[in-house]
Amino acid sequence: MHHRPLKLSGFEAVTITPASNFVNIGERTNVTGSAKFLKLIKDDKFDVALEVALDQVRGGAQVIDINMDEAMLDSQAAMVRFLNLIASEPEIAAVPVMIDSSKWEVIEAGLKCLQGKGIVNSISLKAGEDEFVRQAKLVRRYGAATVVMAFDEQGQADTYERRISICQRAYRILVGQVKFAPEDIIFDPNIFPVATGIDEHRNYAVDFFRAAKWIRENLPDAHVSGGVSNVSFSFRGNQVVREAMHSAFLFHAIKNGMDMGIVNPALLEVYDEIPKELLERVEDVLLNRREDATERLLEYAETVKGSSKKKETDDEWRTGTVEERLSHALVKGILDFIEIDTEEARQKYGPLQVIEGPLMDGMNVVGDLFGAGKMFLPQVVKSARVMKKSVAYLTPYLEEEKKRTGTSGKSAAKILLATVKGDVHDIGKNIVGVVMACNNFEVVDLGVMVPTEKIIEAAKREKVDAIGLSGLITPSLDEMVHVAKEMQHEKMELPLLIGGATTSRIHTAVKIDPVYSGPVVHVLDASRSVPVTTELANPSTRDSFKEKTKKEYEVMRKNHESRQQIKNYISLAEARKNKTVIDWATTKITQPTFIGRKILMNYPLEEISKYIDWTPFFQTWMLAGRYPDILKDEVVGGEATKLFSDAQTTLKEIIVKKSLQANAVVAFYPCYATEEDDIVLFDELGSQFETLHFLRQQTKKAQNLPNFCLSDFVAPQSAGKKDYLGMFAVTAGLGLEKLIEKYKAQHDDYMVIMVKAMADRLAEAFAELLHEKVRKEFWGYAQTENLSGEELISEKYQGIRPAPGYPACPDHTEKKTIFRLLKAEEAGIILTESYAMYPAAAVSGYYFSNPGSKYFGLGKMDKDQVVEYASRKKMNIEEIERWLAQNLTY
Amino acid sequence: MNIKEILNERILVLDGAMGTMIQQYKLEENDFRNEKLKDHPYPLKGNNDLLSITRPDIIKEIHRKYFEAGADIAETNTFGSTSVAQADYHLEPFVYDINYAGARIAKEIAEEFTKKEPHKPRFVAGSMGPTTKLASMSPDVNNPGYRAITFDQLKNAFKEQAQGLMDGGVDMFLIETITDTLNAKAALFAVQELFDETRKQIPIMISGTITDASGRILSGQTTEAFLISVSHAPLMSIGLNCALGASALRPYLQVLNEKAPFYTSAHPNAGLPNEFGQYDQTPEEMALQIKEFLEEGLVNIIGGCCGTTPRHIELIAKLAKEYKPRKIEQEIIES
Repeated sequence: MHHRPLKLSGFEAVTITPASNFVNIGERTNVTGSAKFLKLIKDDKFDVALEVALDQVRGGAQVIDINMDEAMLDSQAAMVRFLNLIASEPEIAAVPVMIDSSKWEVIEAGLKCLQGKGIVNSISLKAGEDEFVRQAKLVRRYGAATVVMAFDEQGQADTYERRISICQRAYRILVGQVKFAPEDIIFDPNIFPVATGIDEHRNYAVDFFRAAKWIRENLPDAHVSGGVSNVSFSFRGNQVVREAMHSAFLFHAIKNGMDMGIVNPALLEVYDEIPKELLERVEDVLLNRREDATERLLEYAETVKGSSKKKETDDEWRTGTVEERLSHALVKGILDFIEIDTEEARQKYGPLQVIEGPLMDGMNVVGDLFGAGKMFLPQVVKSARVMKKSVAYLTPYLEEEKKRTGTSGKSAAKILLATVKGDVHDIGKNIVGVVMACNNFEVVDLGVMVPTEKIIEAAKREKVDAIGLSGLITPSLDEMVHVAKEMQHEKMELPLLIGGATTSRIHTAVKIDPVYSGPVVHVLDASRSVPVTTELANPSTRDSFKEKTKKEYEVMRKNHESRQQIKNYISLAEARKNKTVIDWATTKITQPTFIGRKILMNYPLEEISKYIDWTPFFQTWMLAGRYPDILKDEVVGGEATKLFSDAQTTLKEIIVKKSLQANAVVAFYPCYATEEDDIVLFDELGSQFETLHFLRQQTKKAQNLPNFCLSDFVAPQSAGKKDYLGMFAVTAGLGLEKLIEKYKAQHDDYMVIMVKAMADRLAEAFAELLHEKVRKEFWGYAQTENLSGEELISEKYQGIRPAPGYPACPDHTEKKTIFRLLKAEEAGIILTESYAMYPAAAVSGYYFSNPGSKYFGLGKMDKDQVVEYASRKKMNIEEIERWLAQNLTY
Repeated sequence: MNIKEILNERILVLDGAMGTMIQQYKLEENDFRNEKLKDHPYPLKGNNDLLSITRPDIIKEIHRKYFEAGADIAETNTFGSTSVAQADYHLEPFVYDINYAGARIAKEIAEEFTKKEPHKPRFVAGSMGPTTKLASMSPDVNNPGYRAITFDQLKNAFKEQAQGLMDGGVDMFLIETITDTLNAKAALFAVQELFDETRKQIPIMISGTITDASGRILSGQTTEAFLISVSHAPLMSIGLNCALGASALRPYLQVLNEKAPFYTSAHPNAGLPNEFGQYDQTPEEMALQIKEFLEEGLVNIIGGCCGTTPRHIELIAKLAKEYKPRKIEQEIIES
């Protein structure tokens, strides 16, 4: 989808794109929200009031909200004076201003002081359409964006329906009639206090979330904002609960599309750091998850009441090890003890090692939390400040050590960073910049959309030691190749670092490395940028590192090419001559205990659950590692353990409440394989009634390696023996939709993903269980089999259960035959028009029992096989080509 | 064919310096007076805009020289013709007349040339300078909150100027040499209000001035921040002029080239003034630097500011013919 970004300006330009995460609007220069600020203005201490604004900008506010609405003030004069003063403070004036007033005269007077493009907060339909249109036209003429409150002639919107209908009406008027740029519209769908004890307020937060989502989905390019601190109004005086509420509210609101907000970044708990019990109770309230949510949060609030208690909890972290304390200070952005702790760590490790060790570890935690959306940009900026302060403390010691060890006083290495032309994404690059700067690199950040010439020119001018390119969208990959080519053209030798979401090691190796003779390195994430650049910037390690990387990339390139080059295909006729050799004369064939189908309904979930392979479960959650080792993994172990325990709880609940139902159908039929790679099936009475079609590998094989086809694993007619083929379909997803609906209504995305993942795992486990039952009982060809769970997972048994759509038989359309024979719909499993199974948590496939049968990948096939396969299946060639597009050589 | 259609096809050439040309005429106090002004109690020498009334022959000759050199657009001799700037000469009551006269004579010469060369129509841009006062900066270091002028005062002054220019027949407005974006916003506000009231609309060109190596407008904004701050108005073009020579202007033009959803313009000085305050970059040297802009496709409109002469414009016009104009690309974010 295309987006027109919201562009604002102070002295500097601010562009808000979908990649901007969340725009944090400072709230402390607001007389209605800050008693301290009000007093300063009333006492005419504008110089001190300016410091409040400055603190906010330094604290990470990307826009500052200014409000002078107080009965005892000449609001208009105060607004004008304050804005004029700000204009002469470059650090404050760098950011755009939000002029906040309920009085239009104050807003208009403010607009006349802004050279940049600010935001009006707010206009609404409160006084009717004419006034709304008049004000909107003026806002446009003064060159500002505007907040539009969900407010109309009837009053403030307090339900989901009213919120969206007012916003929609306002949007239509603004975009259609006033010709207001849609990207300059910021809706404020009203954040109201929850946990007030009043029943009508229970759904306020949920309604806000839903309205935010609706606005972002239905009113193109418009933004959603709100005053976050409102939500916790009932807990005034209890900072612990308030901060937790703000953070949890933001977490859910951002997920639902809120992209700006008036927040005090200093009063924001890190989502992941909220005590579990508090978070649960806060979310119960926000998501309106239980009847007694308010009472339970109040109860909890009592236990942390007052600032003294807060202090106690606050100081607890001081009892940890120095490493833990440093990490805590970084994650929380606490400056108070950083020098003491840094000194302690320095004595323990030495100055450089503190940076490379505990500080980097702490920043990695910050990076991870940010990446997971559990920390917000301003918090990261605060962390960087702590890091910088610690590094600053260590700097004299570093200098001293340099002198002692005789290393020259050469200043830190310099790296140039740029998001390439055509790309505006820079969060990753900015994080790299922060991390690099914290590690004593001098960072020259050229920003986004930087053309090649500018990069090269700046690299030369600034005499940098390395260039780092970043990009998020696919065309950026080509642009990076272009930069590398131009660097080569300029005969540069600087190291070139490649990073960003779409970049990869393989792309770097195959496309970028060959066009540039200097060192080129793909850097996976911000934390890796430091060691790589350190090696490359150091003349003593640079050459060896370069050589090592160049070699690695060359190997990758060769592998890649060789994969590309197996374009050596043989004809289908030749491939058939090289089929799997099975000595059918000596092969023992077991007759299944029944012919035809058998249906299993409501299979006990408890039994199925024993067959779960947990490793893919963790993959679903992007946690890499094998179960059970992953639970003890240094990096993800904690998260994995937590997840695993949640999964166990969920699983138990599903089993006890029988909220999912598992059904299966299995069938066996006598059969033989034809010369043309088909398998012909016979019914119970021995008459031929169905044909299954299979595909054969056509790549040229090394000696002794056959060109596999699944039909090879069934006795051919010529063997003169009766063979059998099985097939099955299982599901564990019946009832899943209800569960998902339930959690969606609670806005609990975590549980939505959790139950989906569990249903998938149960379906796979059921397939595993059923296969074992087939081997030992239904078909019975391996009655004595006795394998451990581990061995089951590594498929150490006889026979295979390949599924259509998977590598050995990639043709999805064959599922139709399986489903017809199984009458799977009787078990609640349906095949959709696009040959997908419904419920999605389902598995189907064939059973082959031959000891020589094995899984393989079909690979690519030539046109001759496609033409013949189409005629065998009585389908037209184009259709086959469409279904098997991935498997065509042409 | 209207100007926007022409802009899609070729690079248009704006004329060069007015002040530099007037200097060559060695004018005296009485050149700045006429019947009406003969008893004006304050000296008027140096109020070049006034010459459109008192010595129209000179201003017409200068316009003619630039058109002959190949300029497509002449700037009216009205750079300082607001009540705010004319207050220095106590000529506030004459503001409308100065603007009207400036527009009339430029238009007269433009029509003369269009008639002669219908394939190359000539246009007139009503020049609106920044005035002498800044709306977002205090002239008093000790009182940073003070303002020598308000937005409304500026808006009214610009509106009066724009009215004179429009009545005099200009084809477009050129709000130029912007040192304070808030002044420019007041001018944009004024012009749009005038459009509403007269129900007539003409194109708006806007051009900022990067004052020094910091790459910022005097009032503190970066080029991109400046662009964003004026993008709400229906602009035909945005550009940069004055203060710097062509090569020093280039990086900031790059910003506009990349980000501006409007046509772009540049009219740099003939290099930087030497220690005598004279611009001694030769037309050939300047043309060489401008050639780089054109090769990179940075601009749609090119011309000269302080220190440039018809010879400069002649060389620039010759170059402009050889290159394709910049294409406008709207910035779109993929999500």
